[in-house]
Amino acid sequence: MLVLGLETSTAAASVALVDGDGLLGEMFFNTGRHVSRQILSLISLLLKQTGVEFEDLEGIAVALGPGSFTGLRVGVATAKALSHASGKPLAGVPTLDALALNAAGVTGLICPVVVARREEVYTALYRWQEGRLCRLIPYQAVTPASWVGYLASYNEPVYFLGDGVQPFEESWESLKEKAVFLPPENSFPRAAHIARLGRERLSRGERDDIFQLKPLYLRPPAAVYKEL
Amino acid sequence: MSSIILAIETSCDETAAAVVEDGVKVLANIIASQDIHRRYGGVVPEIASRRHLENIGPVVQEALDQARISPAGVDAIAATYGPGLVGSLLVGLSYAKGLAFALKKPFIGVHHLVGHIYAGFLEYPELPLPAVCLVASGGHTSLFYLVSHEERYLLGSTRDDAAGEAFDKVARALGLGYPGGPELEKLARNGDPQAIHFPRAWLEEDSLDFSFSGLKTAVANYLRQRKEAGLEINLSDVAASFQEAVVDVLVGKTLKAALKNMAKSILAVGGVASNRYFRFSLKRSAREAGIPVFIPHPVYCTDNAAMIGCAAYYQYLRGQFSSLDLDAAPGLPLEVL
Ligand SMILES: [Zn+2]
Repeated sequence: MLVLGLETSTAAASVALVDGDGLLGEMFFNTGRHVSRQILSLISLLLKQTGVEFEDLEGIAVALGPGSFTGLRVGVATAKALSHASGKPLAGVPTLDALALNAAGVTGLICPVVVARREEVYTALYRWQEGRLCRLIPYQAVTPASWVGYLASYNEPVYFLGDGVQPFEESWESLKEKAVFLPPENSFPRAAHIARLGRERLSRGERDDIFQLKPLYLRPPAAVYKEL
Repeated sequence: MSSIILAIETSCDETAAAVVEDGVKVLANIIASQDIHRRYGGVVPEIASRRHLENIGPVVQEALDQARISPAGVDAIAATYGPGLVGSLLVGLSYAKGLAFALKKPFIGVHHLVGHIYAGFLEYPELPLPAVCLVASGGHTSLFYLVSHEERYLLGSTRDDAAGEAFDKVARALGLGYPGGPELEKLARNGDPQAIHFPRAWLEEDSLDFSFSGLKTAVANYLRQRKEAGLEINLSDVAASFQEAVVDVLVGKTLKAALKNMAKSILAVGGVASNRYFRFSLKRSAREAGIPVFIPHPVYCTDNAAMIGCAAYYQYLRGQFSSLDLDAAPGLPLEVL
């Protein structure tokens, strides 16, 4: 199954093409350019370089967040439109699941952290078990201080990764030798993982309704916040 | 051969899609309004963006269904790219570009104000040029000189509040709901427009610019003074007198621009052009001056996608297509059009 993946939930943007279990091509840019300016050019170039026609695609996968609201709007709107125009099935994939896959294979806890505004991070907790990623808790937005307090209750190494590692390093380091940091290349979710996880869903027959699909914002708009 | 354009407009809080044939035949014009903003007394950008992302697919599909056309049957896809709220613009723009990419059809980015102007050509494709066009809405108040479909000039703009914005703010001061324009207009119908004299900002002798913030302050001062003095306030009279002051300036400056430039016709568009008292006043004054006036149906005055489809049609005829790298331009200047 030939699936196109779109990832635009952080400052970086990437697109990838998977065919069955294999990765045919992937492009990643972390240049701070506006995602809406480059996303279709990236898809176009990816298809050209892999010799695949848009018509040949069998599905589209898109990162649902949590992450940058603007990035998610561009990615999800683009993916919905591609699916709407072509009738190809669409699968949304939580960004933190894809990010956690960057740490596949480690022994211990996997903790992706993505910067959120208001000095918080979007996060969840995973474990790599029997060749699969298992999520242990719901996706959430938390302050690093309260989050490390919770993580300290685990007696095993925590592998941190994501663009929320560096800005809040002091918090994570309070876990002392239990905190393990992955190299910076692993800081961003990759479209290859979005495409792979999306393909898994699509091949199970799960497709999202393009008229119902929403990003995982994890937070109400600020105006609603004030009301609560 | 006819050309069918699918157009999308999401610059503020209306999710709109239309199918327009040859720039004049509206095969579908779907508008999903977001009533949720009423309770906040104004448009909340993050809420608007989220609603657009939920509405856009169904709205586009409804437009296609109503036009009885498949996505592959359209000749080009158009969308507003600015000015407007960035999050709102990005949803419609990304959707339109995605459709164009998948369908391998040309994409046309449209300036929101050019869209408003073309609401006029949608209904009156033969309106005599050169024309003077007033665009008056909640976000803009500008006068343009339209020479041809390729050539137009900005004659003047508001220096502070837009006319529609003044309506909304005064409506709020009078305790009316949001959006205030239509509510205030209703209230003004039972009032005396001459009851209170509010100031008109005509600015410098030859200026075609506008200013409405002084008027807004004058209304607020009037209300406060009456209240402090324990005097009764006739809200209908306040509404009517305020409306009279705004319309006076809008009509006066539009007429002045038309006479000064020897325009063959006058066009008025934008949400404020759906105000009945304004329509009546402009028509009356223009008739006296002997200049024909064109004001589109109210549904084409407020934000809609049919006007974007019409503007896109003239760009389509000129082969003026946009790159799929086109980004949203929230602060797109008026001079660019
Ligand atoms: Zn408008």
